[in-house]
Amino acid sequence: MCAMKLFEHEAKALGMNFNLPLPRSHLASTADQAREAAEKLGKPCAIKAQVLVSGRGKAGGIRFTSTPEEAYQIAKILLGSDLKGEKISKLLVEERIPTKKELYLGLVVDRSKRCYSILTSTEGGVDIEEVSEKAPQKIVRRDINPLSRLREYEARDIAVKLGYRGKQLHDLASIILKLYSMTVAFDGELVETNPLIETPEGEFAAADLRILIDDNSLFRHPDFQKRAMEMTEELKPLEMKARERRLAYVELDGDIGVVGNGAGLVMATLDMMKHYGGKPANFCDFGGGASSERVSDAIEIVLSNEKVKILLVNILGGITRCDEVAKGILAVRERTGAVKPMVIRLVGTNDEIGRRMLVEAGIESFQSMENAVEKAVELASEV
Amino acid sequence: MGILIDSDTRAIVQNITGTQGSFHTKLMLSYGTKIVAGVTPGKGGLQVEGVPVYDTVNEALNEHEADASIIFVPAPFVKDAALEAIGGGLKLVVIITEGVPMKDAMEFLWEAERSNVRIVGPNTPGVITPNECKLGIMPSHIFKKGGVGVVSRSGTLTFEVCLGLARSGLGQSTCLGLGGDALVGLTFVEALEMFKNDRETDAVALIGEIGGNAEELAAEYVKTAWYPKPLVAYVVGRSAPSGKRMGHAGAIIMGRSGTAESKIKAFESAGVDIAEMPNDVARILRERLE
Repeated sequence: MCAMKLFEHEAKALGMNFNLPLPRSHLASTADQAREAAEKLGKPCAIKAQVLVSGRGKAGGIRFTSTPEEAYQIAKILLGSDLKGEKISKLLVEERIPTKKELYLGLVVDRSKRCYSILTSTEGGVDIEEVSEKAPQKIVRRDINPLSRLREYEARDIAVKLGYRGKQLHDLASIILKLYSMTVAFDGELVETNPLIETPEGEFAAADLRILIDDNSLFRHPDFQKRAMEMTEELKPLEMKARERRLAYVELDGDIGVVGNGAGLVMATLDMMKHYGGKPANFCDFGGGASSERVSDAIEIVLSNEKVKILLVNILGGITRCDEVAKGILAVRERTGAVKPMVIRLVGTNDEIGRRMLVEAGIESFQSMENAVEKAVELASEV
Repeated sequence: MGILIDSDTRAIVQNITGTQGSFHTKLMLSYGTKIVAGVTPGKGGLQVEGVPVYDTVNEALNEHEADASIIFVPAPFVKDAALEAIGGGLKLVVIITEGVPMKDAMEFLWEAERSNVRIVGPNTPGVITPNECKLGIMPSHIFKKGGVGVVSRSGTLTFEVCLGLARSGLGQSTCLGLGGDALVGLTFVEALEMFKNDRETDAVALIGEIGGNAEELAAEYVKTAWYPKPLVAYVVGRSAPSGKRMGHAGAIIMGRSGTAESKIKAFESAGVDIAEMPNDVARILRERLE
């Protein structure tokens, strides 16, 4: 699972409801629509690829045009092309905002303080992580008490710290409050506008808007929940399949498939495998108390990765029963014909029953995690 | 003795009538834990494993003395259940539920801090002080009474480490999971501080993983305030890619922060022994305790 990202145009549609100052824009999925949009705006435009990968600007996903014809030509090039591995199917055609200064304004979750923090900087338009490393003094940060929430005076404090007075102080404070309201309303994990543009006339405009939603909150955002299940842009096909079955699965580069019970145990298995010179093909955790069906689901997904030469199953049964695991392993062998070698480590609740079931089917199993991982690495180097 | 819970601890179970709640109530009772009451709104008057069920925490506390709660309610209702436990005046709240929204966690964690209540979790296997009390879902047969305090961010991996300790003849004073969610209550620093002051704890094993900076803060704490007991740290996730959640909601490297390398480096610079593999934990502690 990963936080759910929204496309810029979706984020901006939400931002409109909160009255954030946004540039006028139109969505286009054909070059003709892009030309029309530019005509309607009647100004120089930015043509922005609607993709979820970050670093869009640097990769050439944002282009500037001065005429509708130019917008048409650029849209033709961008639409259907690849940006950092993601296909561009939509463009946002947006009026270009004259820029005096670029600011950063973001809301992040501070894990150690367990609250939202506001991060702002007058050094916007670039990667904020870079700013915080190179020039931390350029960042104004404020933690928000989740019980009292962001107060208006706190927002004004921030605006003043950034150097704004008069009308601009009020305008900026109001943007900060709106962005915070939006973050809370949509359970944002990260909400940022970068750049937030200050125009030569002293107005502000949120030229970009990015929202990541905490996926544990999706039950109260039914529209996005549906989208999250359909969204495949970032997930590999097997990751998608695992997600449908509520398995924690992450694809890696190696050739040894790994399945286990418990996130920490599986991470430890991958680390140990690397230590012995092996390469894990994936991370896969089927959690606690799994049924034999769940175990065989997990194994099948891992085995269907073509790169996998060996399968390693690492189980320390607590609420997970080793006999259920053995049943799951045997079921997969039956269904798929067991073309790939398996190394099994099985200890804990009902392990004697489980191991006996495996022995009867001619499968060797280990009690020690080290021995099992070493064996898997050894086999992988032979295949 | 041990930390957080002992043979005097009296606990209530929130959502005691659910599948998980009733199943683990049975196991906790058979371990000897004093479960005095259960709470499930709308199910007051029932009994689960001989434990009386109430509609509200306040009703349960009017009838029974208790100092702790263990929560099994589904994620959408955890915030309210935790606030109810805090409001009732309980001093320790263990949240087993996984996947609590961060916005909800912020609220009850701040409320708990304001009311001087300790929260363990969410997404924790719980706390166990062997032979005295278990407030959690861990398989009890793995744990033996002894002198090692164990604090971890994961479940099964903790059991792996405790099996290794048992093979080396080492038991635990208390073993606890901090929880796998991104926002959790009790921290490594607080657990280290409690183990420091616990007479039964001779040494401490800390099991960390990628994501957040709880390990770095623990290293900082050890560095500034000299730690008087042998301490070993084991951090997993060296092979995890950036930006991907490794099973736990909290196990994620964001950009350049939260890597295993950064955590290991922090512990090394604080002079803490590092375990490369689960079994190293027992081996190192054995050496240090001799």
